[in-house]
Amino acid sequence: MHDLKVQIIAQLNLQDLTPEDIGDDQALFVEGLGLDSIDALELIVLLQQQYKIKLSNAEEGPKVFRSVRTMAEYITAHQPKA
Amino acid sequence: MRTDLYILSSAAVSPQESFELKDRYENIREYQGTKLTCIEPDYKNILDPKLIRRMSRVIRMGAATALQCMKSANRLEVDGIITGTAYGCLEDTITFLNRMVGNKEEMLTPTAFIQSTHNTVAAQIALLLKCNAYNNTFVQKSFSFEAALTDAVLLSREMENCVILTGAVDELTETSHAIISRFNKYRENVVSSKMCESPAAGTMAGEGAAFFLLSNQNHSGAIARLDGMSMLYDPGKIEDRKYWLNTFLDENDSRREDIGLILVGRNGDSSHDQLYPELESVFSPLANCFTYKNFCGEYPTSTSFAMWMATETIRTGTLPLYNQPFNLQDEKKKILLLSSDIHGHNSAFLLSSC
Amino acid sequence: MQNPDVFVAGVGVISALGKDRDENVFALQSGRSGIGPISLLKTMHRNTYPVAEVRYANEELEKLTGFTSGISRTALLSCMAATEAMHHAGIPTQHSFRIGFVSANSVGGMDKSEDFYEAFHDDSTKGNLEQVIHHECGSVTELVADKLGIRHFVSTISTACSSSANAIFHAARLIKNNILDIVIAGGTDSLTRFTLNGFSTLMILDTSPCKPLDENRKGLNLGEGAGYLVLVSENALKQLKATPLCKLSGYHNANDAHHQTASSPEGIGSFLAMQGALNKSGIQPRDIGYINLHGTGTQNNDQSEGTAIRRVFGDSLPKLSSTKTFTGHTLGASGGIEAVYSVLSLKHGYIYPNLRFETPMKEIALLPETEFSIDPSIKHVLSNSFGFGGNCTSLIFSAC
Repeated sequence: MHDLKVQIIAQLNLQDLTPEDIGDDQALFVEGLGLDSIDALELIVLLQQQYKIKLSNAEEGPKVFRSVRTMAEYITAHQPKA
Repeated sequence: MRTDLYILSSAAVSPQESFELKDRYENIREYQGTKLTCIEPDYKNILDPKLIRRMSRVIRMGAATALQCMKSANRLEVDGIITGTAYGCLEDTITFLNRMVGNKEEMLTPTAFIQSTHNTVAAQIALLLKCNAYNNTFVQKSFSFEAALTDAVLLSREMENCVILTGAVDELTETSHAIISRFNKYRENVVSSKMCESPAAGTMAGEGAAFFLLSNQNHSGAIARLDGMSMLYDPGKIEDRKYWLNTFLDENDSRREDIGLILVGRNGDSSHDQLYPELESVFSPLANCFTYKNFCGEYPTSTSFAMWMATETIRTGTLPLYNQPFNLQDEKKKILLLSSDIHGHNSAFLLSSC
Repeated sequence: MQNPDVFVAGVGVISALGKDRDENVFALQSGRSGIGPISLLKTMHRNTYPVAEVRYANEELEKLTGFTSGISRTALLSCMAATEAMHHAGIPTQHSFRIGFVSANSVGGMDKSEDFYEAFHDDSTKGNLEQVIHHECGSVTELVADKLGIRHFVSTISTACSSSANAIFHAARLIKNNILDIVIAGGTDSLTRFTLNGFSTLMILDTSPCKPLDENRKGLNLGEGAGYLVLVSENALKQLKATPLCKLSGYHNANDAHHQTASSPEGIGSFLAMQGALNKSGIQPRDIGYINLHGTGTQNNDQSEGTAIRRVFGDSLPKLSSTKTFTGHTLGASGGIEAVYSVLSLKHGYIYPNLRFETPMKEIALLPETEFSIDPSIKHVLSNSFGFGGNCTSLIFSAC
């Protein structure tokens, strides 16, 4: 999950944050990290680029991107087998 | 056109130390090579960190300058935000273009595209100020700042006692500089401070942001008055340009003798600078004619930097960076800004104390 | 304060519906949409997204306009529509008017720049420099102004999708302040890979023809084209001995100040724009006979615009529709093209259909017109244009 946090920080240019600042279960959007709809689109591309996972339905977004943990779980469940 | 606008405050990010207001701007930054780049402030003290992370350099420069301008007039609200930019958000445009070509139109992210829109700076200022008022952006090459000012004048005539934030911004990026260099527009082996003194082939590139808080009412604390501004596009003959300049003075009830200081847009490129002697001759003998591009470099909206210099001259009584005293108020003299380019853009501004 | 009238004396338009006014009107009357598979634009997404392309290749447009080859398509489209508008208004070749050209666009010469960049990307000494000379939005305007012989005033506005609506009202102010007698005002945009890919990353492009105002709407389709009005002062109108098509009676711009791309759920910017335009023209909401919506077909826009319309008009809504169901979203040109349609609506009573409408939106039901009809009683038409950066503009055209 640490790697995923590093990738999120880089993709979203969250300059002042370190991976330690983001809690595994902290909400990424609105009250939590304060991300918005554009960030969601950035995260969709992150999944595609880093994990070759294509989020087929944009409406899945809010569930998948709720926290770093939900993202990690989604990745584990959907990652193509090498 | 008579503008009749009072300048309540001004702010500029430029290749000089212009961001913090000073009584005297004595330290001149000199640049070697083909370009002058901006000295940027520490944005963390000025802009919301949540918004900063998506802002490219031009957006940071523009937004920070706009906020600084508001701060120095102690204002939180405006009745309009109007910007001018010739190139818009180049860095974001190039970032998106680069990925689009490099990734063969696949796996692209939206941020650079969204921020590449020409009105991003004006929009971000509105977001920062939470301002629902009028918002517009003009993109007319070297007339971009003039076009924005024109709109500010028109808007000011529809509202009583209004305050309008108007400014211009253009950035230099590595890619745009590399492309323009291939047109042989830049010269080597010259120091920026000397580039206007000895014309040769080519100039030095520049960039900057300058904003002004304008009002149609004379508020206490107003610094200067923008009396008039005029543009002439694509004149056929030199006589047309001289006629235009004389008409501009007449429109503003000004005589040649009323001009105490002239700032001209010479850039050290001989083919460009040859446009100036005829225009300057309208005011001959020229007592006080100074150049400004030796401080900011050549860029399409550089007249906004010249207007910042003029405003600061009136505020401090000293022409910035030249350290030349000008007490225009006592002598009832005005400042003229004069810019002309080989693509047919001519503009003139008239400022006075208030 | 003195408030002189600004008249519309001519219009010109090119879009996926056709190269001139008559072809556009014919398609609107017969319900023939211009949206279809990509045929001219070179892109990887050719078989993914439908668009509304102008059915003329650059070579054909060069012949029609007399431009030399290699000029940006944005300028070619602009020249077609602006020339038609000037002819329609009957502006003579020899005249003593102060004429201005206020044109808007959002892509400038990007269609050429992106071709340049294909070569430049791998080797920065490569790429045909001719292709980037006219990259700037302002360059496109100057190319066309030079072609039309307009020297008194040129200006370009770029506020994304509301650009040309802003150009039209900037032009009106120039006339009201007696700075110009006549202004050709509107906007142009051509389809580019840059914009298609940009909107694709935002995941707001529908892979089928768009369905604005429909509960099952999936996004927008991009289009291209240009549209201009000839705005004239009362004095110029007399000298031209022209019969005006209508007046531009109201205009207003406001900012949503909510988010760089998304509209606020309450539609604050749209509400303020419509309300401001109504105040300016001094009429009541019930006086509006037809609304040409911004109506892009995205979830966000239609919900936000709908909410604002409900707030302004209450329960008694005027007839309304989105002509983007015909032309696609032509971005910087949309305000110009839709202003032309609005002027023709007012002049002839045309009410355009909102194609493909089936199911009203659950939250905020708006029932658009679904058939072309003629209503000669229309006295005022409202045209909405909203863009990125929260930029919201409404124009009101009124019968003379």
